[in-house]
Amino acid sequence: MEHFDADILILGAGGAGLRAAIAAAEAAPEMTIALVSKVYPMRSHTVAAEGGSAGVVRPNDSLDNHFNDTVEGGDWLCEQDVVDYFVGHCTREMIQLEHWGCPWSRLPDGHVNVRKFGGMKIERTWFAADRSGFHILHTLFQTSTKYPQIRRFDEFFCVDLIVDDGRVQGAVVLSMASGEFTAITARAVVIATGGAGRVFRQNTNGGIVTGDGMALAYRHGVPLRDMEFVQYHPTCLPGTGILITEGCRGEGALLVNKDNYRYLQDYGLGPVTPEPRNKFMELGPRDRLSQAFWHEERKGRTVTTPQGEAVLLDLRHLGRAKLQERLPLICELAQHFAGIDAATTPIPVRPAVHYTMGGILVDINTASPLPGLFAAGECSSVGIHGANRLGSNSLAELTVFGRVAGEQAAAFARQAPAAKAGDPAKAAEAKALALLQSHGGGERHAALRVEMAVSMEKGCGIYRLGDEMLETCNTLATLKQRYQALTLEDRSRAWNTDWISAIELGFQLEVAEAMAHAALARKESRGAHQRLDGFEARDDVNFLSHSLAHYQDDAAPRISTMPVKITRSPPGQRAYGALGEQLEAARKETTHA
Amino acid sequence: MPETRSDKTIELRVLRYCPSKDAEPSFQSFQVHYTDDMSVLQGLQQIKAELDGSLAFRWSCRMAVCGSCGMMVNGAPMLACNTFLRELAPGPVTLEPLQNFPIERDLIVTVGDFVKKIESIYPYIMPRQPKTVEQGTYLQTPAEMQEYASFADCINCMLCYAACPQFGANPDFIGPGAMALLQRYNGDSRDGGQQARLDQIRGEDGVWSCTAVGLCSEVCPKQVDPANAVNQNKSKSALDFFLSRLRTENVT
Repeated sequence: MEHFDADILILGAGGAGLRAAIAAAEAAPEMTIALVSKVYPMRSHTVAAEGGSAGVVRPNDSLDNHFNDTVEGGDWLCEQDVVDYFVGHCTREMIQLEHWGCPWSRLPDGHVNVRKFGGMKIERTWFAADRSGFHILHTLFQTSTKYPQIRRFDEFFCVDLIVDDGRVQGAVVLSMASGEFTAITARAVVIATGGAGRVFRQNTNGGIVTGDGMALAYRHGVPLRDMEFVQYHPTCLPGTGILITEGCRGEGALLVNKDNYRYLQDYGLGPVTPEPRNKFMELGPRDRLSQAFWHEERKGRTVTTPQGEAVLLDLRHLGRAKLQERLPLICELAQHFAGIDAATTPIPVRPAVHYTMGGILVDINTASPLPGLFAAGECSSVGIHGANRLGSNSLAELTVFGRVAGEQAAAFARQAPAAKAGDPAKAAEAKALALLQSHGGGERHAALRVEMAVSMEKGCGIYRLGDEMLETCNTLATLKQRYQALTLEDRSRAWNTDWISAIELGFQLEVAEAMAHAALARKESRGAHQRLDGFEARDDVNFLSHSLAHYQDDAAPRISTMPVKITRSPPGQRAYGALGEQLEAARKETTHA
Repeated sequence: MPETRSDKTIELRVLRYCPSKDAEPSFQSFQVHYTDDMSVLQGLQQIKAELDGSLAFRWSCRMAVCGSCGMMVNGAPMLACNTFLRELAPGPVTLEPLQNFPIERDLIVTVGDFVKKIESIYPYIMPRQPKTVEQGTYLQTPAEMQEYASFADCINCMLCYAACPQFGANPDFIGPGAMALLQRYNGDSRDGGQQARLDQIRGEDGVWSCTAVGLCSEVCPKQVDPANAVNQNKSKSALDFFLSRLRTENVT
């Protein structure tokens, strides 16, 4: 096994990992930063984010507004001190990206423009047409090449963390091209490996979004928090799940059912106005819109496509010129993947899994309970999303908490003793090699992956039932057993993607189990976790708390709870549309009284 | 994963090469069931999941934005994810790794040299007028953005390198993608690093190696038009050469 000694190791080179690397390089120029990614950084899934990133800039907006939208959007399951820190640092991160070259869309006078987004009271979403994530990622990647102390390990796959003496001391990584292992030692480690949406069947995520970092931390005893909260994005292409950005609705797109009826008015989001107003109708939050689709489908009011049921996203009234300016990627995707000219024909869309609200438990400084281990971005649960993330808060999160993670890791590394690889590294290599050489029962991992994804969709979908969740838990337990008897078809070392996929599936099964068990244990409905078996209401008496999933060897996860930090926004009724407006007015009156 | 299997099949002839087993690459044929909405990538995924788990290819976003899945489809560089089997029916369809690059395995080629080229042209803002975050954003009008916007859309898929005869003949040629990125920064009103970048492309592997074939722009899946970037830099490089002569003469 090769050995590379770094000061800081960052796993994952998407938006959060790159931002962390740059922050660490600036905070501690003398340190060597190993940046590991299983793909070249510009392939990371940040690339597929479309709509934009939040940051208060309008004179009629305020940090309080962003705070309130976020906490209410999260159905009061957010860490409010963390949300305060977050909203207070979004805008400076957006400006920083601008200085680094991010081509934010502009107003005619040259100032940065912002667009409307779901659940946001005032326009505050910075956007680069509808390729915001793409431009953020490429800007961060290209900027990161300025720093020679960032040593990239592109197309290296992490098989395990090195944990010894009660702290993390590095990781064992596999060169995908050669199949050889390297132990990277480091006094601080940042996990920034993204989400886990691929544990579901229909999803917007790239193939690489397999929850690797979550599972790595989890297996070493770090709890995964709030894993039951999985976001369905309401507007995706049926079949493939390709994302059709919320930015469409931010620009004025309408959602109609098969009768050309703006059905969202039937689900507490009205009244109807010709163009959707902020926090009304099409600009409601993602959980509510996905739930409305579920009901429409059961009422038989959806359109049938060869890829399944759908509603229609109508962009025609925006006109071709505006579509080309603001939503060029959407036009391209609709054309290529649905054969539709968005300027003349509505796009069939339906919900698909998009985002994992939960993740690796970290505090406001991105530190996990395992000394030396930090996490940022979608893989983490720093506490800003609660039970439902608002669109445009995740790209902002990457930058705000990516920077924190880089700085905190540098500070930690400065005072930590030297790291060593030792026996844990050898054990990690041996375990990965055992999988490569195992002769099991002849089963292909691809079959297990499909069964997992179908079961997750059935048990942990938009609406959930106790017995279906239980069935999913049982299926996952069986799949984990069958996983032990896998047979790989490919036993070579160079570019063995059969092997890599099998290790990924092992990660996915852990994460899926954490999701399903946390969901089963939450006997209430909140945000993206909605039950139909007697627990239809939010229950603040018993469940105003985070869930924690704890890994247990050869057993199902143990689920415990942890209190939510509420600083200044007591739990209230969560409403949008006209009722939301009334409640907000009432709240204001109380505050002023 | 289709729930009901389509009756329609198409033959995919895939170039296989495993360095530990094969002396040289050879074709292997697979019959794939397909529907009209299926991409070449989905065909490959079907092979990997059901017929041969050892087949190696890169992919991720499957929506033509991550740039991973470039390959030669019937001899032309394409993204597998937005090339559809229905358009290639009745087949057979020949799939090979991107040409002009060394093959590592099956459809996977070496990307590292391309990334080094990108890194060599200083792909970041060298501020014309440094500003702190507290001073806010730079102003940049939509017209100023247009100067570089299309070049910023490059997804680094390398199809242009596979199409470029000059790169095929000389792997050290800086190539269309890196030239587009150079122009992305040199055309940005916030940037002051033009001279440093032009100095990078003056040599024999630089901008003058291009023989203006223009295939790079034809195969680009994102209308980046790298040929235009190359042309702009040829005139800038010529002017730069002339000015540098003047500067030298003035000094002496």
